[in-house]
Amino acid sequence: MTGQMPSAAAAADDAPAASLSLWDLAGIAVAALAVATHQSGGAQVRSAAGPVRDAWLASLRALLPPQTPVLRMPSAIGDDRLLGGLDLAATLATGRPAAQRGLMAECNDGLLIAPMAERMATGTAAHLAAALDRGVVVTERDGLAMVSPARFGIVALDEGEADDPTVPPALTDRLAFRIDLRELSHRDIAPFPYSADDIAAARLRLPQTNIDTEALNTLATIGEALGVPSVRTLTQAAAVARAIAALNDMPQASADEVSLAAALVYAPRATRLPATDPEDQAEQPEPPEQPEDQLQNDSEQANGETRPLDDVVLDAAVAAIPAGLLAQLAAGMAISRSRRAGKAGAQQKQATRGRKIGTRAADARGAIRIDLFETLKAAAPWQRMRRSKETAEDVAAPLRIHVKRDDLRQARYRHRAETTTIFVVDASGSSALQRLAEAKGAVRLLLAECYIRRDEVALIAFRGQGADLLLAPTRALTHAQRALAGLPGGGGTPVASGLIAAQALATQVAREGRTPVIVVMTDGKANVARDGAHGRPKAQEDACNAARLLAATGFSCLLVDTSPQPQPLAENLARLMQARYLPLPRADARRVAAAVSAATGGAKSQKGAA
Amino acid sequence: MRSPFPFAAIVSQDEMKRALLLAAIDPSIGGVLIFGDRGTGKSTAVRALAALLPPMKAVEGCPYACDPARPGGQCPHCAGMHGKPKAITVPVPVVDLPLGATEDRVVGALDLEKALTRGEKAFQPGLLAKANRGFLYIDEANLLEDHLVDVLLDVAASGENVVEREGMSVRHPARFVLVGSGNPEEGELRPQLLDRFGLSVDVGTPRDIATRVAVVQRRDAYERDAQAFGAEFAKETATLQRKLVAAIKRLPTITTSEAALIKAAELCLKLGTDGLRGELTLIRTARALAAFQGDKTVEPAHVRAIACMALGHRLRRDPLDEARSTVRVERALTEVFAA
Repeated sequence: MTGQMPSAAAAADDAPAASLSLWDLAGIAVAALAVATHQSGGAQVRSAAGPVRDAWLASLRALLPPQTPVLRMPSAIGDDRLLGGLDLAATLATGRPAAQRGLMAECNDGLLIAPMAERMATGTAAHLAAALDRGVVVTERDGLAMVSPARFGIVALDEGEADDPTVPPALTDRLAFRIDLRELSHRDIAPFPYSADDIAAARLRLPQTNIDTEALNTLATIGEALGVPSVRTLTQAAAVARAIAALNDMPQASADEVSLAAALVYAPRATRLPATDPEDQAEQPEPPEQPEDQLQNDSEQANGETRPLDDVVLDAAVAAIPAGLLAQLAAGMAISRSRRAGKAGAQQKQATRGRKIGTRAADARGAIRIDLFETLKAAAPWQRMRRSKETAEDVAAPLRIHVKRDDLRQARYRHRAETTTIFVVDASGSSALQRLAEAKGAVRLLLAECYIRRDEVALIAFRGQGADLLLAPTRALTHAQRALAGLPGGGGTPVASGLIAAQALATQVAREGRTPVIVVMTDGKANVARDGAHGRPKAQEDACNAARLLAATGFSCLLVDTSPQPQPLAENLARLMQARYLPLPRADARRVAAAVSAATGGAKSQKGAA
Repeated sequence: MRSPFPFAAIVSQDEMKRALLLAAIDPSIGGVLIFGDRGTGKSTAVRALAALLPPMKAVEGCPYACDPARPGGQCPHCAGMHGKPKAITVPVPVVDLPLGATEDRVVGALDLEKALTRGEKAFQPGLLAKANRGFLYIDEANLLEDHLVDVLLDVAASGENVVEREGMSVRHPARFVLVGSGNPEEGELRPQLLDRFGLSVDVGTPRDIATRVAVVQRRDAYERDAQAFGAEFAKETATLQRKLVAAIKRLPTITTSEAALIKAAELCLKLGTDGLRGELTLIRTARALAAFQGDKTVEPAHVRAIACMALGHRLRRDPLDEARSTVRVERALTEVFAA
């Protein structure tokens, strides 16, 4: 490592990544992505559609070798197009099965661009992730088996707003770069200092460009310090460091490249700030304090000279942490994990997956999935007749199957409508604590039931000034348990905020094709208005308005009155939101569970079909 | 085709490696379910295991790779044969069930080529046929469509695939070790599916930095030159393979001590695991472990060593208990083995 010390020392004066603007960093990402398209996995680009993103994409395209395939993937792509399968037209034309390559195979050695990636279905993300992991697409569909090479990188264009669903984590986890262009305007755009020739030369050098153990240790230590322990992220950071080294015509990734890789790969993923103050690190070369003792062993092993390198790289990474994330981290806020977990349900348009329940004559319009077997069956009885007509004209005609449009059959699928139960729990002081415990008990029972039905659950709590989404819709029971266990009580009763939050979430759930069911548990004694102000009359008025709004949406609702004596307030609220009213004093947890089951009953009727 | 990552070169993840080896020693244990975060090398391990297994003899030309030593019309192909079948040596199959596979490819269906070109109704065996006598690997089992899960469960339990579709009626042997991976953050698995797996293990991100670095370095060395990397571990691989083969041979001779049986029963009682399946798996796995370690008799220590992986996923889900299932098994182990 002695050869690298000067550069590390030089870098200490101005940590390389620290002095770079957002656009400069985005430029380095473009170049590194162009060099190591497949090795890095690709990039998640957060930005609305606009000139900045277009400029970034255009420069990426310009840097890639000219013959590189760059294909856009519509967010609603079907499995048949993505994975490939039977080419029906060619099959019918030639009279023998013809395979059709999927989009991923067509992207081999190229780039797949996924616009509106935040709308991507979990299944699509899983296919992309599998291809990224293995470099091939394995297709077992429509009576065909194929393995096609598919070494590509993905640019996931994330147009999501802060509260929108995010790109499936199974995918983003595999993309080395996270680039946020939202803060940039078109005035920031400047040409990147790379040419296509630079990239081509670097691509050739990449296989010979190495990263040594010291550098890997540095990256792993940064990961630990920023709370990103994943081995995959480490692999990505190493790949990026090598790509930048190849660009700089270095045989080995040096401190500069490692710093940049840390800034590009680790900084946007940080879940905590290093324990020590960055300013102190120059004087006190100490590893960030970690509870785990193995860190100590490790720092002993990699102490001495490399320690300053770690600091430099860490500084660079911290400097590159996006401002919003930094503020969140600095405030000691845990980065919400629950938002990122959970499984988006299948879209409930015209079902094209699920259990096949039969066929019908094919609709000639639009994208449909032909049921080939049924089609052939339908065509079979006519073969002799149709053939005799043909052979009359041409005796040497090959033996062919005659399929007419009327024969085409399309499969009908039944996909279980999925339900998301949204619990809105009053955790205020007025909802006396023992009632809260009972409500928790009921929610737990319901959770267990939702788990059996594979329904999703979400949890909103309101207390004090407003409502919080404690648990985004998820099927992961463990998350739900954790969120519930950590539910504190006390404070005012902002009923209106709770109902509004529930309505927003229910609307989002419905938009995603699932059926929301809202279960409100409160005593109805609202005393905090929507704007957070105390005062009973205004709070009550707001609550009533929110309840009316909720009724207008038509979502099925259930109100569980948690007050010791049944309250006219809560009953009135239930009436306004057209909810079933269930006073808890006369209902134990099991009865509440039964009532909710009844409320959700319509949507989960086919449970027994297995 | 590139040689797979050597099993012996997998860094740490000892529980997962052990579970896979034991399931390979005794297929009747019923497979392994591997839970873990993304990027913890689950699929690498399964593919590596396949390369570790010694090749097997199969009837030549049989799409189901029937065992020539056990003739007698096990499958449609061999049933029609006369005389002694010709045996060939083939690697133990490891079949991937890719996401997005359609049911016709999984269970087998009408052979399109023959149907279209010759108008012939013939059966084209699917992935279940290919997996016979080997391993069937499902990546991200929790993302699999429900109706496919149902088919898999049914076949895995019966060892036979019955196809009734497109006017065909075919049954063929489909005995395989089911290996599934899943990520609990992506959604829960159905309890029926959970119970069907013999063993379950949790894999996590390595805790110390040195291990993480070692993982990345080995992976990199493998990516650069799979052949050379395999050669580097050839000795360990050979040793492990010998041990595995010896264990498979030794398995039928392993006896089980009364003490081990009693401990196993007590443990299952304490944990309230439903049915006999848990207890049976517990003993079978302990036997496989004894065989692997070169012991002649299953002792309580063997039971203890594998209790977590055999029972962890069978506990009745208790929404009120925050503790992880492994913690609950450990608790019960301490009580039972203290007595």
